[in-house]
Amino acid sequence: MALLEVSQLDVRFALRQGEVRALRDVNFTLERGERLGIVGESGAGKSVAAFSLLNLIAKPGFIAGGSIKFEGQTLNTMSERGLRKIRGNRISMIFQDPMMTLNPVLSIGEQMVECLKAHRRISTKEARAIALDKLQQVQIPSPETRLDQYPHELSGGMRQRIIIAIALLLDPDIIIADEPTTALDVTIQAEIMALLLELCEQHNVGLILITHDLGVVSQVTQRMLVMYAGRVIEQGLTREIINDPQHPYTQGLINALPQMATPGEKLNQIRGSMPSLSNLPSGCAFHPRCDFINRADGQPRPACTQQVPEFVESGNCRVACHMVAEMLEDRRLKEETQ
Amino acid sequence: MIAFLIKRLMHAILVMFVISVLAFAIQDNLGDPVQQMVGQSVPESEREAIRERLGLNDPFIVQYARFAKNAVQGDFGDSYFYREPALEVIARHLPATLELVFAATLIIVLFSVPIGVYSAIKPRSPISRFFMGASIIGISIPVFLTAILLIQIFAIGITITLFPESTSWGAWLNGLLSTEGNMPSFGRGYDLVHVVGHWDTNLATWNGLQHLVLPAISLASIMLPLFIRLIRAEMMEVLQSEYVKYARAKGISMRRVYFVHALKNTMLPVITVGGVQIGTMVAYTILTETVFQWPGMGLMFLDAINRADIPLIVTYLMIVGVIFVVTNTIVDLIYGFVNPTVKLTGKPA
Repeated sequence: MALLEVSQLDVRFALRQGEVRALRDVNFTLERGERLGIVGESGAGKSVAAFSLLNLIAKPGFIAGGSIKFEGQTLNTMSERGLRKIRGNRISMIFQDPMMTLNPVLSIGEQMVECLKAHRRISTKEARAIALDKLQQVQIPSPETRLDQYPHELSGGMRQRIIIAIALLLDPDIIIADEPTTALDVTIQAEIMALLLELCEQHNVGLILITHDLGVVSQVTQRMLVMYAGRVIEQGLTREIINDPQHPYTQGLINALPQMATPGEKLNQIRGSMPSLSNLPSGCAFHPRCDFINRADGQPRPACTQQVPEFVESGNCRVACHMVAEMLEDRRLKEETQ
Repeated sequence: MIAFLIKRLMHAILVMFVISVLAFAIQDNLGDPVQQMVGQSVPESEREAIRERLGLNDPFIVQYARFAKNAVQGDFGDSYFYREPALEVIARHLPATLELVFAATLIIVLFSVPIGVYSAIKPRSPISRFFMGASIIGISIPVFLTAILLIQIFAIGITITLFPESTSWGAWLNGLLSTEGNMPSFGRGYDLVHVVGHWDTNLATWNGLQHLVLPAISLASIMLPLFIRLIRAEMMEVLQSEYVKYARAKGISMRRVYFVHALKNTMLPVITVGGVQIGTMVAYTILTETVFQWPGMGLMFLDAINRADIPLIVTYLMIVGVIFVVTNTIVDLIYGFVNPTVKLTGKPA
């Protein structure tokens, strides 16, 4: 049994104009010590997915269906009290913007000690000793003085190191990192990412890394999900998806990387933009932006505009695309006739 | 820290100077103090002599210079009516007002924080909706009307006969809604305990406290709804913040998230507004003290205006100015203490 098992996760937002489905049919598993990347454009539902794992989505959002199983316990039906014992303890989170994440009026020490005390019966002195040890692990200069400092006295990079230290405080099984380097200076991003990777490997912690940086995903994770408009459209081994993306959207994303452009030419881009979740196109949500909507005979494929694509297995990956399904079907027929 | 306090002292002096000039400038429009002092029967020649003796015929600049020279030495002139130093008169009335303001502040703090926090945490609950509605009403009703209503209900008493008295439930409901009206509504009561100097306190005896209740509630009635709404609005905003979400993600109890993480940040703007409002409340005491005949500075000031008692008016305004500066200074000190990102001038980093 996997450490974390998410199946058919369905998250909705009850808005005045009706229910909006922010996440649907999300399935994935995470083994102990495994690193999983979730990528997609802004608004694809990456953060919602991250927050829903610990049932932290703010109202009017709610988990409408599916299950999130952690060590066999179903988190989405668990009581708030039970969840609190898992949050920060077995599964901890790293937020996007370290400038906003730490409470400005509480000292670093207080914010670390309270987390330890919420989960363990220990004295403040012991808690401070653990906090100090973790601060050393994240390689903060002069960690002793940091405990009594306030967030505003520290730089963004240092704050994110502290947040990583807090994430590791209780030796969790999983860390969910929601764009942990997006808000940082480019020069610091690589440093922080390397630190996070190193510590996860060292402590055998599972990592769910949410990002739109495909470079980072390819370096850090073993498996990945690509999300579009609240759905997973491609998932599998990171290496395979990066080297041989099947879904036109994934292909577009990888093509859009600056290193894929011809020098002197414009950067590649996917035309159009992500549709609003409350007003999704019919059929495949990606079809208005898709370059492969036409069949070999030049006619548009009717399924693309009419039917939501089902997952098909393609090698080690699962892809939700009519075009890929058709190609696989053709190949299968060809093999059969031979 | 010392530099900060010295700076505030300069503020106080500046405020007192400006207020005294303004107060002096309007004195000609307040009526004739001599008329108030001697009555109708005194002949004009004698009145003129009194005017001359008081220096009321001198030009404005001369009068102000004379006042300022004495004021620097701590002499703000004698009250025309009381015929004793104005500062002395104020010192006698000040404790009553300060106690009233203190009691009102206590009511505001004790009620606004829990109600504000609750209605921010559960904005849709019927209790929150009730408090929000009630606070609008509270803000809209002027202090003196609240005061009169309080007197009617709790001092005079109301008898409700809305339901049939013959039935037992009707009698019960009528009795429930009717009030006996046994609260005192006039003055400070007979049972004051002398503390020090001019300070007799209401806070030490049952009778004293009873007399304090209605005036304090009516004085608090304007500010309490304001603070409930302010705390609620601030708290709701703070609850949306990333650090509150993060605190939840750390698995901390909701009680700690609300009352440590959120409330501390909520209180920052509330403290700032609160400082100004405590000063304003001193000014509101004029209304409350008049309705309840509370023998404090506000009532004294109103009488002084009626009597065109210029030295007393000027001194009162200056003292209130100083109270404003002092409360704001204290508030800034508290703010610096609560908010680690603020450093007061001169305080070592």
